[in-house]
Amino acid sequence: MHKIMKLGTIAATAMVAAGAVSAGTLEKVREAGELACGVSEGVPGFSNPNSDGVWVGLDADFCRAVAAAVLGDANAVRYVPLASKQKVLAVSSGQVDMTSRTTTWTMKRDSAEGVDFTAVVYYDGQGFMVSAEAGINSAKEMDGATVCVTTGTTTELNLADFGRANNLSLEPVVFEGKREAVDAYASGRCDALTTDMSQLAAFRTSFADPSAHKILPEVISKEPLAPLVAHGDNQWKDIVTWVVYGIITAEELGVTQANVADMAANSADPSVQRMLGSSGDTGGFIGLSSTWMLDAISAVGNYGEIYERNLTETLGLERGLNAQWKDGGILYAMPIR
Amino acid sequence: MSFTKRTAKPGFSVQNIGSALSQAVVLTVVLGIVYVLFTNTQENLALRGIESGFEFLDHEAGLPIGDSLIEYNPTRSYGYAFLVGILNTLFVSFLAVVFATILGVFVGIARVSHNWLLAKVAAIYVETLRNLPLLLTLFFIYSVVLAALPHPRAAIELVEGVYLSKRGFYLPRPMAEAGFSIFLTAALAALALGLGFWRWAVTYKMRTGRPMPGFWGGLGIFVILTGLAYLATGRPISSELPVYAGFNFKGGLAMKPEFASLLIGLVLYTAAYIGENVRSGIQSVQAGQIEAANALGVSNAVVTRKVLLPQALRVTIPATTNDYASLVKNSSLAVAIGYPDMVSIGGTIIGQNGQAVEIIGMWMAVYLTINLIISLGMNYLNARVLHVER
Repeated sequence: MHKIMKLGTIAATAMVAAGAVSAGTLEKVREAGELACGVSEGVPGFSNPNSDGVWVGLDADFCRAVAAAVLGDANAVRYVPLASKQKVLAVSSGQVDMTSRTTTWTMKRDSAEGVDFTAVVYYDGQGFMVSAEAGINSAKEMDGATVCVTTGTTTELNLADFGRANNLSLEPVVFEGKREAVDAYASGRCDALTTDMSQLAAFRTSFADPSAHKILPEVISKEPLAPLVAHGDNQWKDIVTWVVYGIITAEELGVTQANVADMAANSADPSVQRMLGSSGDTGGFIGLSSTWMLDAISAVGNYGEIYERNLTETLGLERGLNAQWKDGGILYAMPIR
Repeated sequence: MSFTKRTAKPGFSVQNIGSALSQAVVLTVVLGIVYVLFTNTQENLALRGIESGFEFLDHEAGLPIGDSLIEYNPTRSYGYAFLVGILNTLFVSFLAVVFATILGVFVGIARVSHNWLLAKVAAIYVETLRNLPLLLTLFFIYSVVLAALPHPRAAIELVEGVYLSKRGFYLPRPMAEAGFSIFLTAALAALALGLGFWRWAVTYKMRTGRPMPGFWGGLGIFVILTGLAYLATGRPISSELPVYAGFNFKGGLAMKPEFASLLIGLVLYTAAYIGENVRSGIQSVQAGQIEAANALGVSNAVVTRKVLLPQALRVTIPATTNDYASLVKNSSLAVAIGYPDMVSIGGTIIGQNGQAVEIIGMWMAVYLTINLIISLGMNYLNARVLHVER
């Protein structure tokens, strides 16, 4: 009878496991004491392990900010590197609590794939990088070129669309991982590499001689990059969304990593008081403590600081579209009140 | 529970009822688990707003594919794109099976060769390839060996129209000209004549006991007649040469580095295993039989064909069936080096529309079908070989 008992136990376990999937992500994260955050497999400036094995970059900092707001500890993050084609499944199946990994917000993903987008952390666009000695100055001169691209991305589809729209015959070589695509381009297998502009800039700096490569001026798509959460857990979606807005708002209000404690105690600005929990309880709206943004900003600073640290200093990227709306960009956080 | 074999007794006994009951319970539980898993998956998909079903196969794919055996462009459907992947998987697997078998037989024979150097080289080959992960071998061929070739601008020209570069291996494409259909008909007729002669020679030899070179004679008939027909119809085959233009070669036949790496990797890896199968097959035949045949004055070639092979194949074929199946499954490593096989294209489709359950089901169905067909074919072959033993 042992066999039957065993089978019964397995069946029961399967049913329990099936029930657990739909529990709230916030409780799950608190219980685990850590945030499982999906990141890229290594894109300099966004999420990439440094020489000490610590994940750094804009995306990694948003993982930290959420962990700080939810758990009060920016280091309570378990980084899960995900290939492009895994990212949506990893979130919808509950393998990770959220992703912060250069994922483009599209209608199909948002509506029909079991995930929700939260708030845009980076406005990007797709471009091409070619070898400088190829002597071309525009993407429209690329007829007949071989292009290295990563699978499971909007990039791949945009490439096909661009070729069709401009009547160019582009021969794709499609790789599973970003690193393989970049290496194949660097080895001369492809004439061009295509991905988001910011990443092209990042990969270019990683080459032995960056000046031997040229980024073409055409931006062929809109790539709003945003963290993903599972569809159906509204409270968790609110938390991630408002942490992003909070980080962006902090720059607008002049709250920095250095002055946040002082501002929390002394600022006379009601917006600052509300956000940092000195008056009212904005954290309570989303089930967090009243010091949620105080914790997050103490950990990673405001959006401007994150951008400066990860993208401007190392990669020399301008703010461009990602400047605050007051400064000519399109970064516009919803009001926290 | 007792599952001991016993002749079934008519009528009831406590053991019979107990055994039947316990089997019924186990079956119910197993079916129950399958049912729970299925409904649970369906519920979860619905709960998360994930589409399910196979309607997406008709939708426009929009994804680019670099290497296709059939005409493809991104306006085709997902189903068609998946078919491109299946054909690529079949194509590379088929070629790899053929070449791995040829190389494997050579390696196996070399392993038992009396030539010390040949045997050692074969042994080193087998031990190296078998003990390295295939993925590593593929990466090595793709990013070290083939990437070391020159840019198409400075391609190595082997003979006129045959180029070797890091963008692939380019060779002239044969083109049919006027009169090709007449030539083709003549060539087929020559083939039939050649085969007919071969058959006749075999029966002649059986009947009279006199030697008659059937194979070579038949081949000669075919080659001479085909050659005459080619000249008579005014050389109806021309070739389109690949020409370097712009970024790359245009025209001609191209073998992309991704395909070449995968093919070479699969062949080298699997041939090591097949070589071992062949070696064990040969060594399973008692040396005394060969010596006895030699003592009777039978020639070495006949000993190999009539004594050694029929017995060696009985050992070799079942093991090789497994290696063919592994080869087909291993072809999915294509994804790592950018060859658009079924897994690579299916993975892209998952990335685009998130319907992993359906795609994974399709992958499983295709691999299962291919491998079952291989098993059936090899079992048939094995049955024929076993027949010989009688």
